[in-house]
Amino acid sequence: MFGIDVRQKAWSAGLIVLFFVAWELFCLMTGMSDLVLPRPSQVFLTLFQRFPVLWPHIVQTLATTMFGFVLGVALGAIIGVSKTAYDTCYPLLIGFSSIPKVAVVPIFVLWFGSGTVPAVLTALSICFFPIVVNIATGLATTEPELEDVLKALGASKLDILWNVGLPRTMPFFFASLKVAISYAFVGAVLSETVASNRGIGNVMMTASSNFNVPLVFAGLFVLAGLGVALYVVFSLIEGRVTGWATRKNDVIAT
Amino acid sequence: MRMQPNAQFDGQPVPEGATATAIELSEASVTFGRGDRAVPALSKTTLKIADGEFVALVGPSGCGKSTILRLVSGLVQPTSGVVIVGGREVAARAMRVGMAFQNPTMLPWMTIERNIMLPLKIVEPFRSNFRKLRKTEFRDKANALLEQVGLNGFGNRYPWQLSGGMLQRANLCRALIHEPRMLLLDEPFGALDQFTREELWAILQNLWMTHKPTVLLVTHDLREAGFLASRICVMSARPGRILDDSRVGFARPRTVAMTFEPEFVALNQKLRTFIEDARSAAEQEAG
Ligand SMILES: Nc1ncnc2c1ncn2[C@@H]1O[C@H](COP(=O)(O)OP(=O)(O)OP(=O)(O)O)[C@@H](O)[C@H]1O
Ligand SMILES: [Mg+2]
Repeated sequence: MFGIDVRQKAWSAGLIVLFFVAWELFCLMTGMSDLVLPRPSQVFLTLFQRFPVLWPHIVQTLATTMFGFVLGVALGAIIGVSKTAYDTCYPLLIGFSSIPKVAVVPIFVLWFGSGTVPAVLTALSICFFPIVVNIATGLATTEPELEDVLKALGASKLDILWNVGLPRTMPFFFASLKVAISYAFVGAVLSETVASNRGIGNVMMTASSNFNVPLVFAGLFVLAGLGVALYVVFSLIEGRVTGWATRKNDVIAT
Repeated sequence: MRMQPNAQFDGQPVPEGATATAIELSEASVTFGRGDRAVPALSKTTLKIADGEFVALVGPSGCGKSTILRLVSGLVQPTSGVVIVGGREVAARAMRVGMAFQNPTMLPWMTIERNIMLPLKIVEPFRSNFRKLRKTEFRDKANALLEQVGLNGFGNRYPWQLSGGMLQRANLCRALIHEPRMLLLDEPFGALDQFTREELWAILQNLWMTHKPTVLLVTHDLREAGFLASRICVMSARPGRILDDSRVGFARPRTVAMTFEPEFVALNQKLRTFIEDARSAAEQEAG
């Protein structure tokens, strides 16, 4: 098991390196102008040189995303946990989630002005749908036998939700969190691109109108990096909370 | 024959109504599903169990034994008739009930130890102290039970790491941990080898003799029923009802050796005849 795991990770790392090397070589061999496609080495250099300037924007984007994400998780959880609320809201939710969020940003801007608020709202509105659906699915598919164990003890509905429904739903919940965090980034950056004077989205917008293509790519790299970092964080928490679902033998009993 | 106390194995007559009634089913029927797909599982069953009695329920597979346990524990509502437990209609609210399900359903995200402590987390008076005592007194309690059933050191494993028989023993521990006044055991020893089974009979008999809970035990093993119960109810094929209700008067504590004595064998023989008749009657009806 161990050997396969390490080999798998080596392959993944190798693929990433290969991707950048191939890109670098492709640009060098075709003599590509860095106004069209900068070499990765240029991008990393820009990232390094401009980091002090980029940092506040990174913080801004990260904060907006997390804020929208946390609100989205809370709202999603509230609706998903209650079967009545879920069944009632479902048609409305589908309708709402089918609207391209680009179309909604201008409305948010109209209501709240440009800046942080529309970005938070966009992140929220784009990320909470998968959470609602997954929590509701997890709860709906909970085996009645598991609930019976508690019902026979005279447990209340809340006891059952807390001790059976929610733990049983955790694998679904984390699966949706990993999707939702990427969505939240997309939402926040989208809104920053359209209407904000701060954040990575805004940096990329400004840079591209100045034909500073390496900086645009640096912004992309930052976003990708943040996305991966948060994904990893959730994966680690997930491994601890839902190790039972994958029957890892090394899960530690507490 | 029906519902008559059988005096053959019991010297003294049973004083009717001398003790409080723990479980009372009157004309209780259960039908699952509706319309064309309705499955009658239990038909007009009347059964009265006194406080502190040990009753075994035997009968052909699918006759509604588990359904009776689910009725008593309040997991199923009777389609018609009344079920009263401890003077109320919902068992678990009226008294502390310990239930061992036929399939040992352990919560897969908890270790065996925490699964077994689950009733302590839910049921008063343990509930109020759960946070305080779960790492000390309650855990010791769980481990003491595990040791009794021969699962020493398996407390921190996860359910999927245990065999079927081991899970069944853990399931029994979970039914016992909160010192229930009523035990509902659905084939608790079905997946065990003969010797482990006999060991657990002795433990259960011991527990019953010291604490006198009301026990309703479903089993397919007639020797088990004779060894443990003070009363054996035989059920007909589906939809079930109670065909025979006999008392078992062997002195306690009973031993495994007693199960090979002529009187005991005669009791087994009699029960066998009832169940055989019930099965052939059902076949005739179907055919
Ligand atoms: N949830 C359910 N939905 C529909 N039918 C059911 C349900 N539960 C039980 N039944 C039916 O009710 C009948 C009685 O079931 P029950 O589980 O009480 O049998 P049993 O006597 O415990 O059998 P066994 O000895 O095999 O465990 C069965 O024929 C079964 O098909
Ligand atoms: Mg059964």
